[in-house]
Amino acid sequence: MTLGGIDLVALAAMLMVASTPILLAAIGELIAEKAGVLNLGVEGMMIMGAIGAFAGAVITGSPAAGFAFGALAGAGMALIFGFLTQVLLSNQVATGLALTLFGLGLSALFGKGFEGVRPPATEKLDFGALADLPVLGPVLFRHDWVVYFSLAMVVAVWLFLHFSRSGLILRAVGENHEAAHALGYRVVAVRMAALAFGGALAGMGGAYLSLVRVPQWTEGMTAGAGWIALAIVVFASWRVERVLLGAYLFGGVTVLQLRLQAAGYAIPVQLLSMAPYVITIIVLVIISARHRHGAQAAPAALGKTFHASR
Amino acid sequence: MNRRRFLTTTTMTATAMSLGLGKAAWAADPLKVAFMYVGPVGDMGWSFQHDQARLAVDAAFGEKVATSYVENVPEGPDAERVLTQMALAGNKLIFATSFGFMDAVMNVAAKFPDVRFEHATGYKRADNVATYDARFYEGRAVQGTIAGSMTKTNKIGYIGSFPIPEVVQGINAAFIHARKVNPNVEMKVVWAYSWFDPAKEADAATALIAEGVDVLMQHTDSTAPQAKAKDAGIISFGQASDMASFGPTPRVSSTIDNWAPYYVERVKAMLDGTWTSQGTWGGIGTGMVEIGVITDAVPADVKAEAEALIASIGAGTYHPFTGPLNKQDGSAWLAEGEVADDGVLSGMNFFVEGITAQMPQ
Amino acid sequence: MIRLIARPAPSRFWLWATPVLAVLATMVAGAVLFAALGTDPLEALKVIFWDPLLGANAGYFRGQLLIKAGPLMLIAAGLAVGFRAGIWNIGAEGQYIVGAICGAAVGLAVYPAESVLIFPAMVVAGALGGWAWGMIPALLKNRFGASEILVSLMLVYVAQNLLAWAAFGPLKNPAGFGFPGSRNLQQYPSAHNGELIAGSGLHWGGVAALAALVGTYVLMSRHIAGFRIQVAGDAPKAARFAGVAPARLVAFCLGLSGALAGLAGMFEVAGPSGQITDAFGAGYGFTAIIVAFLGRLNPIGILLAGLLMALTYIGGDMAQLMLRLPAAAIQVFQGMLLFFLLGFDLLTNYQVRFGGRVGA
Repeated sequence: MTLGGIDLVALAAMLMVASTPILLAAIGELIAEKAGVLNLGVEGMMIMGAIGAFAGAVITGSPAAGFAFGALAGAGMALIFGFLTQVLLSNQVATGLALTLFGLGLSALFGKGFEGVRPPATEKLDFGALADLPVLGPVLFRHDWVVYFSLAMVVAVWLFLHFSRSGLILRAVGENHEAAHALGYRVVAVRMAALAFGGALAGMGGAYLSLVRVPQWTEGMTAGAGWIALAIVVFASWRVERVLLGAYLFGGVTVLQLRLQAAGYAIPVQLLSMAPYVITIIVLVIISARHRHGAQAAPAALGKTFHASR
Repeated sequence: MNRRRFLTTTTMTATAMSLGLGKAAWAADPLKVAFMYVGPVGDMGWSFQHDQARLAVDAAFGEKVATSYVENVPEGPDAERVLTQMALAGNKLIFATSFGFMDAVMNVAAKFPDVRFEHATGYKRADNVATYDARFYEGRAVQGTIAGSMTKTNKIGYIGSFPIPEVVQGINAAFIHARKVNPNVEMKVVWAYSWFDPAKEADAATALIAEGVDVLMQHTDSTAPQAKAKDAGIISFGQASDMASFGPTPRVSSTIDNWAPYYVERVKAMLDGTWTSQGTWGGIGTGMVEIGVITDAVPADVKAEAEALIASIGAGTYHPFTGPLNKQDGSAWLAEGEVADDGVLSGMNFFVEGITAQMPQ
Repeated sequence: MIRLIARPAPSRFWLWATPVLAVLATMVAGAVLFAALGTDPLEALKVIFWDPLLGANAGYFRGQLLIKAGPLMLIAAGLAVGFRAGIWNIGAEGQYIVGAICGAAVGLAVYPAESVLIFPAMVVAGALGGWAWGMIPALLKNRFGASEILVSLMLVYVAQNLLAWAAFGPLKNPAGFGFPGSRNLQQYPSAHNGELIAGSGLHWGGVAALAALVGTYVLMSRHIAGFRIQVAGDAPKAARFAGVAPARLVAFCLGLSGALAGLAGMFEVAGPSGQITDAFGAGYGFTAIIVAFLGRLNPIGILLAGLLMALTYIGGDMAQLMLRLPAAAIQVFQGMLLFFLLGFDLLTNYQVRFGGRVGA
């Protein structure tokens, strides 16, 4: 299947790999935002995940252990954020920005000595004959486990939010923390858990960058991926199935413009790179207009400080 | 780590000595030399290579010089401030290692006539500002020869950073020499619009591989494309640093930015009192461009041809841009035997005839 | 058990005491960090905090402090007004960039004409550009209810791509040998925003920053509009009864902060920076958000916070140069400073009680 000289099957496979880090980070941020916390420090958590995973994988020799370290590093960062915003009640926007600054610096310090090192390889899963299926084979059955993990997380988070009691509590906390508190739910504890989960996934997103997609460690290697994850959550209007679509759209535009260049098309790169953000704004406007007099798409308590006065 | 610690303590002592004693004449007062980098020294590419050269200066002169650096300096007012800080701290020779520092260097140099500045890749000079740059395209000519001989799909991929003269020269030189050995060769170009974005470079490499290239060249600084080349089983070339850990394949050779000989020479000139402002455009001949080991993955005859090319460029008997050459639109550029002059090269903004990729506008 | 009791009004004492406490805590934590990296901690703190202010050559660095702090203060002054009203413009970086592009474009369009009118025209264009970029989220919020936090953030990315496009395309210096980036406005006298007093570091951007701080101070404490903003932030429902039109407030706050950020970008590109390049947006718009919060959304606080942030940048570069501390260590240090400043603010608004459940 080709269009304009571009193999669409290869493009789809490439897009899935390129989108996996931002998909993971965006799912994590979605959970945090669903609980009513706006954590702008995704970039900082991702880069800490990248170096945590890299160091872990190099030292233990196991990529899977590396991913676990990455998740822990991301979650640790998220807990710093949680402590400041939930316990010390600091402003979430400013704290998130500070977290990014802190993470970029700390990861670079930890990373001294890991530059130029090659990590153990994360093997692609073997699906046997399935991998040889036309079209579906290359797109669906020739990836490493993290790609499938990220897709499984989309399903798991969807089930969690819609069908579990904990998911209901999480959403209640994000919609109206006063009411949730009055009902006896522990707002701060729920939010800390949501943040830690979000940080762990952001860390795994960073880990995928340093262990699979690139794979190497260098300072500042996330290069803005965390900010894209934030945009995706908005694009998705806080619905996890749309996060998948958003991640593939954002990842897809980058891949597509590089692919078009490789095929010899002259394209206005900067104008094309703007497109997903403009589309996100349009999506946001449409969903906001639709919900104008009803329920808002964004969690109502998003970004607001909670303090239990009673 | 120990080496880092050791260096830290020695400079601290040096700094403390020169500050504490002020102008009291100490015969052994070291010459203070500072370096300003645009990226982190750990980028394994551009800034890393400059810092390697700084360490070579340390090693060459020992206690006669005291070097220091500031990394991650944004181009703009911060650069101007850092340069001034360096001058005020008593540095007598300052290396500014990014094109974007140009106007900042000129401004600060005007205020400190006693301090000498060296600006990499720029084109503005003054009595106390010298410029230096490397003819990276010479290395590209060698890579093009190997690439043209070794490609089976007749498609070579090139990851460019920005469409600026330095990168355009490289693409042209690689293409001309690939065509010389293989008239059917095609060049696919992707612009990453970044010097350093590992994820995007990896994607760019994947896009080129999907387009059918089996030789990959890069003018961006991360090793991400090397890893992709390895997965795809194609060949690639190291850029900026040797990237030797990716040999013998995919990395079959490399173009190394070797600033050490130049930095040592200029520091020596300062110590001897013979420093003058000049524009240096070094290449293979002066050692500024170094060709990394050609591995055994390259057939012996190709290797011999590449080495002959290195020798003739190094000796100055052959120029990679020698006519007859036409521009991409078919208009004449160089006549038979004519050699491109440096003025045109340093502002090169066109592809040569035969390249199908379009210059971004 | 530790409990927090909200104070009826912010504590005056802790309002001033917490920043001091936070800086001291950062010094202790920073000392540990520097020692762990093998640097003399006292020396490092001296180089970062003391030398730029009172060490050798401090005359130069004090001016640089103003150059670095100016745009931060100018942007933060506008942001603080909106933040007080509960209107969250976090896209100041985009407004800063667009203001710079518009201001520079006006100057470059008439190059090389010389006239005293050029610079004022650039100022107007810069302010208008930032204002327009800020009005997009305002309009979308008022018309469709779209969150200004998210729209303004998305517009930062759009602006960054616009900047790269301008630097490589329409604003590229025709005499620049094909290199990206515009002509340098420092070399174009009619457009140059130079130092007003040589060596002072004060340019029109610094003047504008001080004016903006005084202006927002007067607005917030002496003017009925300031009262309305305050009420809207503290008690949105009460504000409606008091006759505050939310739509006008949104437009005012985003327009004002956008215009000030645009001005900051314009003064920067015409002065210290000189050029439109793809690296022009160096994060001032985001740092200014931090400055606004560190300054407790108060003009005097913003003045001090802007200078403190600038000091850590300048002192940080000094520490790299003199002590060979890596840039990353400075970033970590700044991050800790922000954490402590944000965290200790708790004491201003809450009382900390130890012990069991008593009263309340």
